[in-house]
Amino acid sequence: MPVNESTAPPADDTRWQLIDRVMQRLDRRPDALIETLHAAQDAFGYLDSTTLAHIASRLRLPPAKVFGVVTFYNHFRLKPKGEHTLAVCTGTACHLKGNDKMLAWLRDRYHLAPGDTSPDNRLSLVEVRCVGACALAPVFLPDGALVGKKSFGEATAIIEEWLGDAP
Amino acid sequence: MTTPILTLTIDGRPVSGLATETVLQVAGENGIAIPTLCFLDGLSATGACRLCMVEIEGSAKLHPACVTPIQEGMVVTTQSERLRSYRRAIVQLLFAERNHVCAVCVSNGHCELQDLARELGIDHIDFPGRYPALAVDASHSRFVLDHNRCVLCTRCVRVCAEIEGAHTWDVKNRGIRSQIVADLDTPWGTSTTCTGCGKCVHVCPTGALSEKGRSVAEMQKKRPALPYLVANRAEERR
Repeated sequence: MPVNESTAPPADDTRWQLIDRVMQRLDRRPDALIETLHAAQDAFGYLDSTTLAHIASRLRLPPAKVFGVVTFYNHFRLKPKGEHTLAVCTGTACHLKGNDKMLAWLRDRYHLAPGDTSPDNRLSLVEVRCVGACALAPVFLPDGALVGKKSFGEATAIIEEWLGDAP
Repeated sequence: MTTPILTLTIDGRPVSGLATETVLQVAGENGIAIPTLCFLDGLSATGACRLCMVEIEGSAKLHPACVTPIQEGMVVTTQSERLRSYRRAIVQLLFAERNHVCAVCVSNGHCELQDLARELGIDHIDFPGRYPALAVDASHSRFVLDHNRCVLCTRCVRVCAEIEGAHTWDVKNRGIRSQIVADLDTPWGTSTTCTGCGKCVHVCPTGALSEKGRSVAEMQKKRPALPYLVANRAEERR
């Protein structure tokens, strides 16, 4: 796809220069895709379709391929993140120790499924597959700080308190 | 340099083939039928559907015939009770995964999934169906994509990328959430890369891709002669 007006980024946004530099450094090879996506997500916080279309055309990759890669990896986001992020580990150890119950509770209490952000943009829920702390299972990470070895009751209380809506 | 010819045994029959050929190709040349679903002559083989699994003497695991190159002295078994039970399980799982309701499908009677089920004697599904609520994309002026009938064989993805060169299709998400996707999750009708050639529709083994206006059982696919297209694109033949 040629670079046309709809896929060309706004010239005054310097963040684009950063992303273009990453592509340039990697010779605009198709396998620079993941590296470029990382740079774009770091710059914008998430990847919208304008960003993806621009990257696809610069790297001469089919848009469908780019979209496939972005949705394959949990790390990439298509929507902006909420104010707070809760990561729940669903690796084998954490699953066995009850994090499936935790996800069910989050669905009931906050109406969130993994990957969702609440409508008021306060909380994003993400699911991670193993953070390398299986001895502390079940593990969850409110805003990146690891909390482990809590019972279901303790864990839900911690989350409610963290979000400031303990009963 | 000529390609060496290798000899092997398939289902007790001594056969031979070029060293560059796969078990599936050599079996086909000798009239030995191995069930396939994702494989289509002229497209790259992905070994995704696992229906062409065969037993090879000296190896405990099963091997997908479509991506296994032949070897000198190989002894291959393509039909056994074990293989049959695996193939039956695979086809049943495909049925259970989406909404394959033959009675109301455009491809009823002309469907490769249905044919496989019949060949394997599947008259009911042992697994609970998932019955996912999936969308139908009818935004294209001539074609329809129905995710409910898709088996994710990726023939459409490969024919579009490898033969047409448009690469409009790919697979989004992963695992059970995987789905065929056009461009950046764009409705098919507004895709900027699609040329509207219709090859994806005609290579699709099920009713997932069909022509608009077809009713139940009316969608008969015309398999494009892909090896012919490949040959014509590779060299000048005027």
